[in-house]
Amino acid sequence: MAQDNASITGFLEAPQRLGEWHRFRRVFFSRKIVLFGMIILIALVLTAIFANWLAPFDPYKPDMSSSLQQPNKTHLLGTDLFGRDTLSRLIYGSRTALAVGFISVGIASMIGISLGVLAGYFGGIINIIIMRAIDTLMPFPMIVLALLVAGLLGGGIHNVIVALSIATIPPYTRVTHGLALSIKENDYILAQRSMGSSHLRIMIRHVLPNAFPPIIVLITMMLGSLILAEAGLSFLGIGIEPPGAAWGAMVNDGYKYLQDNPVLSFAPGLAIMLVVFAFNMVGDGLRDALDPRLRGLL
Amino acid sequence: MTAFIIRRLLLGLVVLVLVTLLIFFAMRLLPGDPLLIYMAQKSQRLQDMPPQVIEQLRHEYGLDKPLPVQYAKWLSGVFRGDLGDSFFYRLSVVKLMRERFPVTAYLGILALIVTIIVGITSGMLAAVRRGKWVDNVVTPLTYIGVTIPVFWLGILMIYVFGLKLNLLPIAGFTSPFVDFGLSTKQLIMPVICESIFGVASNARQMRSSMLEVIRQDYIRTAWAKGLRERIVIFRHAFKNSLIPVITLIGMGVSFIFGGSVLVETVFAIPGIGRLLVSSIFNHDYLVVQGITLIIAIAVLLINLLVDLSYGWLDPRIRYG
Repeated sequence: MAQDNASITGFLEAPQRLGEWHRFRRVFFSRKIVLFGMIILIALVLTAIFANWLAPFDPYKPDMSSSLQQPNKTHLLGTDLFGRDTLSRLIYGSRTALAVGFISVGIASMIGISLGVLAGYFGGIINIIIMRAIDTLMPFPMIVLALLVAGLLGGGIHNVIVALSIATIPPYTRVTHGLALSIKENDYILAQRSMGSSHLRIMIRHVLPNAFPPIIVLITMMLGSLILAEAGLSFLGIGIEPPGAAWGAMVNDGYKYLQDNPVLSFAPGLAIMLVVFAFNMVGDGLRDALDPRLRGLL
Repeated sequence: MTAFIIRRLLLGLVVLVLVTLLIFFAMRLLPGDPLLIYMAQKSQRLQDMPPQVIEQLRHEYGLDKPLPVQYAKWLSGVFRGDLGDSFFYRLSVVKLMRERFPVTAYLGILALIVTIIVGITSGMLAAVRRGKWVDNVVTPLTYIGVTIPVFWLGILMIYVFGLKLNLLPIAGFTSPFVDFGLSTKQLIMPVICESIFGVASNARQMRSSMLEVIRQDYIRTAWAKGLRERIVIFRHAFKNSLIPVITLIGMGVSFIFGGSVLVETVFAIPGIGRLLVSSIFNHDYLVVQGITLIIAIAVLLINLLVDLSYGWLDPRIRYG
């Protein structure tokens, strides 16, 4: 009998899960613009992975004989002061953008989400300490905080990642904290407690999965703003060291030759914009598909 | 209400003290001796410097005392309106800021006004004329507005309006009291850059919350009573759509300060954003501390105002 029950519930659950997935796909791909964003992201990831094959020239090797060329047949987007091919540097820059974006999001979300769950689940003194610490980070504009940390650590891509991770912890903590507060009031949490589950188990197995949809949307959106912030920092001269390629720094380098060779500045800026746009659109699509109530909140 | 304000102010004060601790200790714990960097920049012959001189300077700036003592000294100065002296400019930080803060504030306030007026109006129009040409223009523009890097937009505008069309000066700042015309011309592009993100996000938010509100029953009732569109939209729908937008405006101040760092760099505007960037590179601790403190206070105050305005917008909100 117990066996039967299990198979019946198993049978009843299966189509429903499938329905979820169908609904998700239908809503997610219903907007053309989300699809467009998805295509850009896939193209970006492929570009970053296959940069070695895609780039027509060595992005780092200076060649003074072809300094500051206008766009032509060999150098489709021209060359910079050191004669390096702009298109190749643009292609390699996608690695910087993606690496900084993904690693910082990974670090910040892990720390931020853990703190948020702890604060929301336990409440009391833990909640006060964590949330006041987060409040302390809130009044700083993200770029100012990142600038502060990165500037004082002394630039370099590792320090930019550290800086951006610290600067973006608060949103994760605040969102997760709010979710954990409401999730822990559910009866199934009480049931788990009464069955003797540890707090850690409940947090990982029950609170986190239920907080998952809004968090995944937040993560996608944060990827866009991180890439924007990384570009801002490298524009200000903090970030990857020369001869490395970062889009923000390329915009700044090209700025000096704006009059005669605007492509140098325009191309990397457009790349930043396209990528941020793609992340935002995919985030929008995920939000609509996973949790439409979040419209306007995230 | 008074109790709420007092509690919020107290909480703000606690956060502010934590902010000063964070700023002060983070800067001291990170590598780099400010005095050595300063010396290296000034003389570039650090090795020739007798150690006694360095020690004496260190003593002069109080850098030889234990950190908690330095912190206490700095904090008591803050309450007296003394933020210490800049190593680099050899000027008091307050004096440095007094020249530059009004520039950033003027630019920022203009950007905030543009953000509020243009953002809310365009979002409202897009919602009321959903699917019509206004909406079809506004909505794609908001997507661009939230994704465009501000420094790049600045450079783009400098190229088009400054270098090609020769319509606007490409950089610099003039006080509006000295030459209003030139000042305004110089500010057009920076204000657009600083407000673009806010305009776009406010418009987006306003559009979606307005669409939410005009679906409500009481709006249908208002239409059914035969009220004119202007009355329905402004009297009934407008105020009720504002709450999420006001929250965004609070965050907008933070974005504007953040943007000023980039915008002032692009347009060579002598404000605190640019000063912050150069002071970070110079490891000019007290200047960085002073500027970040001012920014944090401003953002905290605006957010307090935002919290208080909810009650005016929606009397159902009680401050419990």
